[in-house]
Amino acid sequence: MQIYLPIAEVSVNAFLVFGLGGLVGLLSGLFGVGGGFLITPLLFFIGIPSAVAVATGANQVVASSVSGVMAHLRRRTVDLRMGTVLLAGGMTGSLAGIWVFNRISAAGQIDLFVQLSYVLFLGVIGALMLQESLRALLRARRASPAPRRRSHTLGDRLPLKMKFRTSGLYISVIPPLAVGIAVGFLAAIMGVGGGFVMVPAMIYLLGMPTKVVIGTSLFQIMFVTAFTTLMHAVINNSVDILLAALLIVGGVVGAQLGARLGVRLKAEQLRILLALLVLSVCAKIALDLLLTPSETFSLAPVRG
Amino acid sequence: MIRALVLLLALAGPVAGEEVVAGLSQSRVAITATFTGSRILIFGAVKRQEPIPKGVPLQVIVTVEGPSAPVLVRQKERVFGIWINRDQVEVDRAPGFYAVATSAPFAEAMSATEDLRHAVSIPRAIRSVGAPGDIADAAQFTEALIRLRTAAGLYQTNEGAVSVDEETLFRTEIVMPANLTEGIYTTRIFLTRGGQVRDVLTTGIDVRKVGLERWLFRLAMREPVIYGMLSLSMAIVAGWAASAVFRLIRA
Repeated sequence: MQIYLPIAEVSVNAFLVFGLGGLVGLLSGLFGVGGGFLITPLLFFIGIPSAVAVATGANQVVASSVSGVMAHLRRRTVDLRMGTVLLAGGMTGSLAGIWVFNRISAAGQIDLFVQLSYVLFLGVIGALMLQESLRALLRARRASPAPRRRSHTLGDRLPLKMKFRTSGLYISVIPPLAVGIAVGFLAAIMGVGGGFVMVPAMIYLLGMPTKVVIGTSLFQIMFVTAFTTLMHAVINNSVDILLAALLIVGGVVGAQLGARLGVRLKAEQLRILLALLVLSVCAKIALDLLLTPSETFSLAPVRG
Repeated sequence: MIRALVLLLALAGPVAGEEVVAGLSQSRVAITATFTGSRILIFGAVKRQEPIPKGVPLQVIVTVEGPSAPVLVRQKERVFGIWINRDQVEVDRAPGFYAVATSAPFAEAMSATEDLRHAVSIPRAIRSVGAPGDIADAAQFTEALIRLRTAAGLYQTNEGAVSVDEETLFRTEIVMPANLTEGIYTTRIFLTRGGQVRDVLTTGIDVRKVGLERWLFRLAMREPVIYGMLSLSMAIVAGWAASAVFRLIRA
């Protein structure tokens, strides 16, 4: 069934979009990533103009993260206090990011910059996660899981300590604030929610337990993407509500299934899967940059 | 302006008393939520007071042109092993949709001079001036624009697609794809003999969004804050509802 999208001004197959939404929603519920880094290239691939894809992708992530947060809240796996600290940093970082984004846009190389940041961050994070989780999996198989002592992080030494009860942490607010700023900055530049950076940062830099990480990440993504959606709607008129509706219907169902499925899987397995996913997206983008394209010309609307 | 003048002159003086009388199967295209493109039948007859002239046969050319907008054509180049956008040329005026249908090979149906005067063939319908001085081959960019839009079905040249009966009746069909933009699509019908234009008829097809599509588009452009809030609330309600429904299923 074909549906004509009023803002994107193209006609798409409704079931295909529904399926894409469902797939990304599933990953979102499973891993606590918003899925922005997947949905945007996928929409672009089916012929949606890139500006509309970025804005509408953000809108769909709002829905799937609300749905995911609700499920996690019920299981008490959201650290609201940590989420608020991260969010405060995230908003600051994203304002700075939007400013930098506009400067690079004006120079005409934003596509390249975005692609290179994708390759760099996805590659590094994916490789680190894969290595760590494989090691953890081997260790678990070889011996009974040793009581894992949290290594000393920066948060133990810095001032302004705060109690994060849900995460079982008593650390300084400076590292979470810094992580929030960095992720918000990246998110604005790369046009994503930033979950794929946030999740590993919470596990490895802040030492939060994996169980709490996903819900807390979704909690902050929900707000960041809501802000992004609104900014895109007001500044660029590029949110397509019909496209979003189709993606959302698929996405919320997928997110619920993902959250249920996540309970059944081991944390290490979950992390390996996420690492592989991140690496494959990275490889795809890297190939696009390296291989000789069949068409070296591209068209873009002239911005007034 | 110049084109309008040329058109007026052409309309004012049909040389050998041959005139186009034409009809369209539809003068409006309504873009609804289930719009998948449209086929428009363009048909008509040649009105004349005298017998059919002997010698060179009558040819008919039909063009349909969508609203124009400037477009940026970029070229990728390999720098340090990666492909990045280097040169770019702004094409000042490029129709979003352009279809030409002819009753004979284009060169036979219309001379190059007439093509230049009336801007009929695709390369003539596009205007590109002021390519930056450092770009050696600006024509390459216009060619790329035509190639990309042709591949998307937005630019069409259909030689021999107009059928002419008894040098009097003609008909053709123009296929418009689903990815259309709103606006008046100018339709021109040319009668030619020996490559020279005998008469031109210009009419318009009104392509516009209707119903929900129109309402949403207007809202997004005129009240972006309300539209953004609407998009957000839809997302939040849908997320919450899905969560609630799944809890009910489990309970």
